[in-house]
Amino acid sequence: MTATHTALDRVTRVPGVRGALVVAAADGLVVAEQLMDGVDGQAAAALTGSLVGRLARTAESAGMRPPAFVHLRSDSGGILAALGPDELVLVAVIGPDANVGLARLEMLDAASRLG
Amino acid sequence: MKALEPWVVQPLETFLAESAARLTLLMTSSGQVVAQHGFSRSLDVMTAAALGAGIVASTEELARLMGATRFEALVHNGLRQSCMLAAFATPRGRWIGLVVFGPETSVGIVRLFFNQMVQQLGAAAPREQPPAPMLAENFETELNASLKALFGR
Repeated sequence: MTATHTALDRVTRVPGVRGALVVAAADGLVVAEQLMDGVDGQAAAALTGSLVGRLARTAESAGMRPPAFVHLRSDSGGILAALGPDELVLVAVIGPDANVGLARLEMLDAASRLG
Repeated sequence: MKALEPWVVQPLETFLAESAARLTLLMTSSGQVVAQHGFSRSLDVMTAAALGAGIVASTEELARLMGATRFEALVHNGLRQSCMLAAFATPRGRWIGLVVFGPETSVGIVRLFFNQMVQQLGAAAPREQPPAPMLAENFETELNASLKALFGR
């Protein structure tokens, strides 16, 4: 099993996670994905890649390092993104009842092993 | 942004706003321009349309030789700007989209909103019969009329 699929497995095992993707941040394209039915991987990859890229540029403009982790929260769930090497981003689509703390720990460790 | 058919305007405007594309050209598979955004010279539009239609025809033939179905899209990645070329079905026949975009957006975003535009065009297209094929003797007149509509001169 590749590092990419190991990362996706670890994230999707966390309760409340509806799917995970590895995204090429510069292109906003899916590298690998494990998603439940009804989750649009192409849209999640494109929009999260764009969001992470803009946040990184914003941080750089403010003289800070790019964010290591992004949590976008909504009433019905959210998006988690952990930046890995080689401009790869590990993304999780979560439901409202997800264990965000555990997902964050798993994602930060798994993202560091990508590439 | 200029369009020959009014029902193309709204889907194309939405695409341009969401994708941040620099240049966009919608044309029929024979290279007849339907709408354009960002081009300032009619000669550039004519050249881009002819080349785009030729590239799509070539890649579709290549796909046929390889025993594959049609390619979804062709993307040329550049350092300063990139180009996406994609053919798609509409109720008015097969059309081609040519999109030029820069590093302010990404190929994922462009493809995502391009696919949405294709769906919106399919829903917005009038269901009446498309105009009759252009005859050779009318070609120059039709071409000049189309360019006048697209560039206002």
